[in-house]
Amino acid sequence: MIKVENLVKAFGPKLAVNGVSFTVERGEVLGFLGPNGAGKSTTMRMITGFIPPTGGRITVGGYDMVENPIPAKRLIGYLPENAPAYTDMTVEGFLGFAAELRGLRGEAKKRAIGRAVEMCFLENVLYQSVDTLSKGYRHRTCFAQSIIHDPDILVLDEPTDGLDPNQKHEVRTLIRRMGEKKAIVFSTHILEEVDAACTRAIIIDRGQIVANGTPTELRQRSELAGAVTLRIADADAGTVGQKVRDLPVVRRSEVLDNNGAVVRVRAFPQPTVKNGDLERSLYELAVREKWRLLELKVEEGRLDEVFRSITMPDTKRRVEEGTK
Amino acid sequence: MSADSQVMSSAVAGVHTNALHNIVTIAKRELAAYFASPVAYVFIVIFLLLVGFFTFMVGGFFERGEASLASFFMWHPWLYLFLVPAVGMRLWSEERRLGTMELLLTMPVSTWQAIVGKFAASWLFLAIALGLTFPMVITVSYLGDPDLGAIFTGYLGSLLMAGAYLAIGCMTSAMTRNQVVSFIISVVVCLLLILCGWPPVTNMLVKWASPWLVDIVSGFSVMTHFESFQRGVVDSRDLYYFLAVIGFSLFTTGVIIRSHRAG
Repeated sequence: MIKVENLVKAFGPKLAVNGVSFTVERGEVLGFLGPNGAGKSTTMRMITGFIPPTGGRITVGGYDMVENPIPAKRLIGYLPENAPAYTDMTVEGFLGFAAELRGLRGEAKKRAIGRAVEMCFLENVLYQSVDTLSKGYRHRTCFAQSIIHDPDILVLDEPTDGLDPNQKHEVRTLIRRMGEKKAIVFSTHILEEVDAACTRAIIIDRGQIVANGTPTELRQRSELAGAVTLRIADADAGTVGQKVRDLPVVRRSEVLDNNGAVVRVRAFPQPTVKNGDLERSLYELAVREKWRLLELKVEEGRLDEVFRSITMPDTKRRVEEGTK
Repeated sequence: MSADSQVMSSAVAGVHTNALHNIVTIAKRELAAYFASPVAYVFIVIFLLLVGFFTFMVGGFFERGEASLASFFMWHPWLYLFLVPAVGMRLWSEERRLGTMELLLTMPVSTWQAIVGKFAASWLFLAIALGLTFPMVITVSYLGDPDLGAIFTGYLGSLLMAGAYLAIGCMTSAMTRNQVVSFIISVVVCLLLILCGWPPVTNMLVKWASPWLVDIVSGFSVMTHFESFQRGVVDSRDLYYFLAVIGFSLFTTGVIIRSHRAG
C-alpha cells in the first residue's frame, strides 16, 4: 500500500531524511521510532504529500505521490503532529468540513461523522468550539478527521501525544483494531506502544533507518536478550557471583541486588551457547550448591535498551556538536 | 500492486469530488470563519462608519449639489488601503500558525483550489460589506436623479479594486505566519499601487521624467484604473488591469506556498 524508495529530504545543506526505504502492506501496523529530530515527521509529511521529497519515490496504493497526488491523498487519512484543527469551528463543523473535502455528502457525510465521533468518543463535545477543548479532546478531534472517510491507509504522527493513560490505551486499541484491515504508519517515542500496537517497527536516527523488524526481533538485538536472572534466598552474594561466573556457558555475571536476605544475579551467556543451555546449567548449579532458588527468569530483552544502544551514541555526539 | 490499485480506484469512483465542489467547501468554511469571530462585525461596522463619515463630512456630499456618488467612491482606494489588508492578513498566516495548512494541503485538493476558495470567500465578504452601503444609493436617488449606470460601474470598479488589494493581502499572508507583518507589507504594497498614479505624485514625476515613463508608472496605479469606473465607463483595459493584479498575486501566492513546503 505504501512503498517508499530511497527517500531523501534536504533542508539547505542538512539532510533531514537520507535514503529511507520501506513498505507497508494492508494488515500491518508500522511503528516509527526515533529520537526527536530524527526525521520521523519529515518522512510522514512526504508520504502524505505535504512536502515534496528532494529525491526518491513514494507510491501510495499504486499512485506516485509526486506525479499523481490527488488520488494518492484520497487513500490516506493523516493526523499531523500536534493535531492541528480550525479553532473557530465546532467539532461537528470541523468534521463536516473534512468529510466534504473527502467527497462525502448528505447521508454518507452524516454517517461518517457519526462513526468517527463514536470511535473517538467525541459525543460530549460535538457542538463545542475547538478552541474551548482540552488537549485530549482536540487531539481526538483531529484523529477523528483522519478516519472520517474510512481510509485504507492511516498516517499518524504521535497519535497518543498529550493524552492521559486511559486515552492512550484507547487509541492504541483503536490502532491495533483498525490495523487488521488497513495499512497504518504511526510515529511515537513511547516504546511500550510498539509492543501494544505494532506488527513491525522501524527505528530511524539522523534521517536513516537503523533497525527494522518485528518488536520481538528488535528485542533480540538487546544485550539483555537471552540473559538469565536468578533470585536466591539466604546466600552470600560474592560466592554466588563467583560460582555463576565460573560456569563455562557464562560470559559475564553481575550482582543486581543484595539486601542480605535475597541476592539477585544476572548471567549473560557466551555467544556460542545454544538456547536453553544457560538456564539448565544455572538450575543444575543451584541444585548442586543447595541454593534456595526463588526465581529463574530468562530475559526477553528490552526495547528501550535496544533503542538506546542504537541511537544513544549519535544523540551524545549531537549534544557535543551543539555545545562546540 | 496493480490489483491493489484497481480495488482502490473502484472505491474512489463512487466518490464525486471535483474542483468546484472543493473550492465551494473551502470558501464556505472560510466565510463562516469570518462570521464566527468578531472580525466580520467589527470590520463591517467600521467600514460603514468610515464610509459615511468621509462621504458626508469630508467629501461634502451635500455641498456638491449634484446627485452622484462621486464623494462616496473617491474615498474607496484610501479606505481599502487599511481595511482590506486587515481582512486578507489572516488568510494563510493563520493556517500556518495553527498548522491547519498541513491538514488542508494533505486533503485531496490542489493548492490552487485552496487558494481560490479562500480568496473567493474573503472577496465575497468584502462584497457583502460593500453591498451594505446600499442606503447611499437610496439616499442619492431620493434626493435627485443620479446616473444609475455610473453608480453601478462605480460599485463594480470598487469591488474589483477590493479584489486586487485582497489578492495582494493573500500573497503577503502566505509569506509569513505573523499577521501583523503580513498586514504591514500588504499596506505598503497597496500604497505603492495607489501612489504611482496619484496626481500629486504624477505631477512631481512629470517635471523630470519623460511622458511615456510617467504613463507606464501611472499605468500600474489603481487610481487611474478606478477613475474611469467612477465616470461610468467600463474600459476593458481597466478590467484587465484589476484581473491581472488578482491573477498575478494569486499565482505568486501559489509559488510562495509551494516554496515554503519545499523547505
